[in-house]
Amino acid sequence: MMEIFTYDFMQNAMIAGILVSFCAGIVGSLIVVNRMVFLAGGIAHSSYGGIGMALYLGIPIFLGAGIFAALSALLIAWLTIEHRERIDSFIGLIWAVGMAIGVLFTDITPGYHSDLMSYLFGSILAVSKSDLYAMALLLAVILLLVHRYYREILAVSYDSQYASLRGIPSRLVYTMLLLGAAMTVVVSIKVVGLILVIALMTIPTYIAERVTRSLYSMMIVSGILAAIFTLCGLLASYIFDLTSGASIILVSATGLMVYFVVSAIYRRILYSTEE
Amino acid sequence: MKEKERTSVIKVSGVDFAYDRQKVLRNIEFEIYAGEFAAVIGPNGGGKSTLLKLLLGILEPDAGKIEIFGSSPLEVRNEIGYVPQNVDVNTGFPITVLDVVMMGNKNRHTGRRSLLDRMFPIRYNDIEKRCAYSTLEKVGMESFIDRKIGELSGGERQRVMIARALCAHPGLLILDEPTSNIDAKGQKRIYTLLEGLTPELTIFVVSHDLSAVTSYANKVIYVNRESYMHDLSEKPLSIETPEGEHFCEVEMMQMLGERR
Ligand SMILES: Nc1ncnc2c1ncn2[C@@H]1O[C@H](COP(=O)(O)OP(=O)(O)OP(=O)(O)O)[C@@H](O)[C@H]1O
Ligand SMILES: [Mg+2]
Repeated sequence: MMEIFTYDFMQNAMIAGILVSFCAGIVGSLIVVNRMVFLAGGIAHSSYGGIGMALYLGIPIFLGAGIFAALSALLIAWLTIEHRERIDSFIGLIWAVGMAIGVLFTDITPGYHSDLMSYLFGSILAVSKSDLYAMALLLAVILLLVHRYYREILAVSYDSQYASLRGIPSRLVYTMLLLGAAMTVVVSIKVVGLILVIALMTIPTYIAERVTRSLYSMMIVSGILAAIFTLCGLLASYIFDLTSGASIILVSATGLMVYFVVSAIYRRILYSTEE
Repeated sequence: MKEKERTSVIKVSGVDFAYDRQKVLRNIEFEIYAGEFAAVIGPNGGGKSTLLKLLLGILEPDAGKIEIFGSSPLEVRNEIGYVPQNVDVNTGFPITVLDVVMMGNKNRHTGRRSLLDRMFPIRYNDIEKRCAYSTLEKVGMESFIDRKIGELSGGERQRVMIARALCAHPGLLILDEPTSNIDAKGQKRIYTLLEGLTPELTIFVVSHDLSAVTSYANKVIYVNRESYMHDLSEKPLSIETPEGEHFCEVEMMQMLGERR
């Protein structure tokens, strides 16, 4: 079984899994604490429109999806910046219209339809060297920005009105967060796919939020958990010959169950020792 | 204090404000001087929080002028401390009391952070920690410094928010119902604390607690679409409105519940 680690495509897949996991863990933490999961979902699904267009125009998928995701992130930022909560229907609209555009373009593109599923659910074994560079670049940018502006991001995430009063440009931070989500979605397309990326951004984050006491450690723990889930999922998909994205998400969900059970037992023990 | 020696901290002249279509404030006029303890009272929906948002520069008046320390609110925002009305948002957020208190602190009183400090944004240096500790001490919350904010009670959280506002060493402290979640003993403590901060600091507080207002404030502004100012240092609380109505404390209490 050890021979899988020597295959090139498998090494690429594992490196991609780790890079994307950290992007998803960090950005996912910020998305969750800012209550933007639904917005990120809208961006993820609407970028399917970019994939359809890229297929039709014959340009690289990453580029098409990237531009589309960035544009819908900016649109969502512009629509929601004043009223963060009251915007459900707009997001639903962007979500559906993006997917519809994607379907229409793939309809009018001759051939090619077989690949569609791989964008929705990932095809990690097809990761190329240049994909890895893109992922590494994004992770580097995210790490740099989050580290440099951690306190500003923390303030805006916790209490954006107060942050604005203290002179922190909270609209800019908010827009950057959505753009970060858009880019993370795009690099995740090959690893887990458009539909499952939101799960990768939220399942590890859910656990991390409960076991940490700072946003910083939440981001790190999320990244590590996501990487563990991704690598285990990858292994499982190889051994049992399953779709990688789906098995990564199912491993994550199993991880979540384990967390629930362990924390319930832990609480029991705590309770019984108190008596 | 003689009129001419007093420096004006808040000067509001002829301010109108409307949200989209709903007119909320009309012809608001008052002036608060350095070191005063001013209280804003009025019924729910009377426009108190809106007035505070205008003073903070979050909203812009449709007409009239607001001057804080002689400038526009945005120009002097580092001089203004603010404690918002609703502090119960985001309770699951992984953030400690220390993080909250230091939030948005602009190094003005804690010095520049060294390069080493900046490499670890999550850590606070000794000066910052001491600053946070001493402000938390003022509100009696110093032992909670490393606790997660979501694990605190509503009243404890509110006291942390007061510490956060004080940590920036403002010249003007604006509070929106700071004691709405706090028990009787805690309320007295907060008001005594606020009173102790004057006259170095000017206090502008929205409150529904009339007994606290009458015992601690020296100026009362009644806001219900329009504003009426009353100077408590001249005579006890009773407010004469332009319509010729006259309120004593008890009537005021009823009015707070009824008038809209
Ligand atoms: N963002 C907003 N958009 C539209 N109308 C608003 C908004 N905020 C407040 N209002 C309206 O303006 C009026 C004044 O509201 P405000 O919050 O200033 O009252 P308040 O005096 O602080 O009341 P409370 O004692 O309940 O805190 C209310 O009628 C309210 O419905
Ligand atoms: Mg209010």
